[in-house]
Amino acid sequence: MKPFTLRKPNDIKQALSGKKAGEAYIAGGTNLVDLMKKHIAEPDALLDVTTALSAGIETSSRGIRIGAMVRNSHIASHAAIQSQYPLLAKAILAGASPQIRNMASTAGNLLQRTRCPYFYDITLPCNKRKPGSGCGALEGENRMSAIVGYSEHCVAVHPSDMCVALAALDASVVVSGSGGKSESIPFASFHRLPGTTPEIDNNLPVNALITAVEIPANAFHKHYAYLKVRDRTSYAFALVSVAAALQLSGTKITAARLASGGVAHKPWRWHEAEKFLQGKEATAANFSQAAAIAARSTKPLSHNGYKVTMLQGAIETALHNCLNA
Amino acid sequence: MTNISFTVNGQPRTVTVAPWVSLLDALREHLHLTGTKKGCDHGQCGACTVLCEDKRILSCLTLAVMKNGRSITTIEGIADGEKLHPLQQAFIDHDAFQCGYCTPGQLCSAIGMLHEGKARTREEVKELMSGNLCRCGANVGIIDAIMQVKETYSHE
Ligand SMILES: Cc1cc2nc3c(=O)[nH]c(=O)nc-3n(C[C@H](O)[C@H](O)[C@H](O)COP(=O)(O)OP(=O)(O)OC[C@H]3O[C@@H](n4cnc5c(N)ncnc54)[C@H](O)[C@@H]3O)c2cc1C
Ligand code: SF4
Ligand code: FES
Ligand code: FES
Repeated sequence: MKPFTLRKPNDIKQALSGKKAGEAYIAGGTNLVDLMKKHIAEPDALLDVTTALSAGIETSSRGIRIGAMVRNSHIASHAAIQSQYPLLAKAILAGASPQIRNMASTAGNLLQRTRCPYFYDITLPCNKRKPGSGCGALEGENRMSAIVGYSEHCVAVHPSDMCVALAALDASVVVSGSGGKSESIPFASFHRLPGTTPEIDNNLPVNALITAVEIPANAFHKHYAYLKVRDRTSYAFALVSVAAALQLSGTKITAARLASGGVAHKPWRWHEAEKFLQGKEATAANFSQAAAIAARSTKPLSHNGYKVTMLQGAIETALHNCLNA
Repeated sequence: MTNISFTVNGQPRTVTVAPWVSLLDALREHLHLTGTKKGCDHGQCGACTVLCEDKRILSCLTLAVMKNGRSITTIEGIADGEKLHPLQQAFIDHDAFQCGYCTPGQLCSAIGMLHEGKARTREEVKELMSGNLCRCGANVGIIDAIMQVKETYSHE
């Protein structure tokens, strides 16, 4: 690692006012320390925000607020999350390992960087790591890459499982900017598509802090599923993942949510398929039709055509699993 | 260089380390507690697992300076004097290792898992131990050993 100094602000104000260009916040460290060891991130100083930010979960009739420093394992085992937002707990438990979930923070999970192999190897071209150097994956090893929403400048996918559930549940990200002003960014506009600036993963303002994530109260706690397909049964990133949630009136679908990981530069919502399901009967034929609608909007690369078939099957299965949840 | 004071295996310890020294390197190189192993150094194998206040964490992705004031337990701290921890004995009884390199991490992780109290079935134990890889393929013995200790724990 490049030598650096470390400070520990006591509160949000200190954390915001104390940060200079070239410095980075650190929470669980499970992504940043790794990137620093590989010389992909080389901050001059770290600001340890483990004390400054909330590690608490607050519930109200309007929804739930998860502090930026709440560890992933704590969210997954929290009683209110398990009863009201079980899709989130399921998605978290499908990610990483118990040790990593004990360390990883809410904010850090949102801001973790792609696992694209070219991004991780500083000897190879990568527009995200070194703008202008080219995208190695576009015509290269792109088995793990995106099938939707990519550009010729970057075909990477966002690696998070937790974020797929948060996208499905219309969460929002609460951030505090350097002026101390707090704003709430809808999850759908938090992460970005690569476009011509793949080096920018998200719309968090420069030097701002994530202070919390909020999920509005919903009725998706009865019929939900998180399905993750990967190269091995556990402790691997998703090839394709699906978060599905339904609200039913008898056998009729009154509301549907469908999101995927492993397919795009950001957690991807299948809006068209959701719209199709709305008002339909919860039948195998309709589930299959919804999966086909989602698959139709994808455009695979040279080595990841398998993801389209996999996605279609995963959506169908996840929707079926919603009925047995 | 930063002075950090923390509790390691029940004893107060102070070390002087640079901010970029991992907890793993602080334990091994500065405190000479070489039981905790470095497998990948990137969070991918679990060999470096230690307990921080009963919670299992990866020491290779932890900066030592961020554990100032905390309490760490390593493989050197799990036995009761000469008396092995029940999991250590169970690992011997079930041939739960070959080369032994992953074993300290497996044991600390298993202790953390039993403390979490989430695993009920053998399948759940396997899933919740998946953060610890064993290149010798001793996994069946490892899960057998943990299942045996889990039984006696829940019968107590
Ligand atoms: C081997 C391995 C396997 C994994 N598998 C999975 C998986 O299957 N699924 C999955 O979803 N994840 C997986 N992960 C990733 C893991 O979930 C993330 O590394 C973790 O969530 C990051 O959280 P952290 O608190 O450790 O972040 P850190 O590493 O501390 O920080 C990450 C980034 O966020 C910034 N940051 C942190 N907090 C704030 C804040 N409050 N405000 C502004 N910026 C902030 C930091 O500056 C840094 O840029 C895996 C990780 C490893 C090492
Ligand atoms: S896909 Fe994105 S992260 Fe991967 S090599 Fe191309 S630019 Fe880099
Ligand atoms: S050495 Fe820490 S996980 Fe491999
Ligand atoms: S016993 Fe050799 S790696 Fe597990």
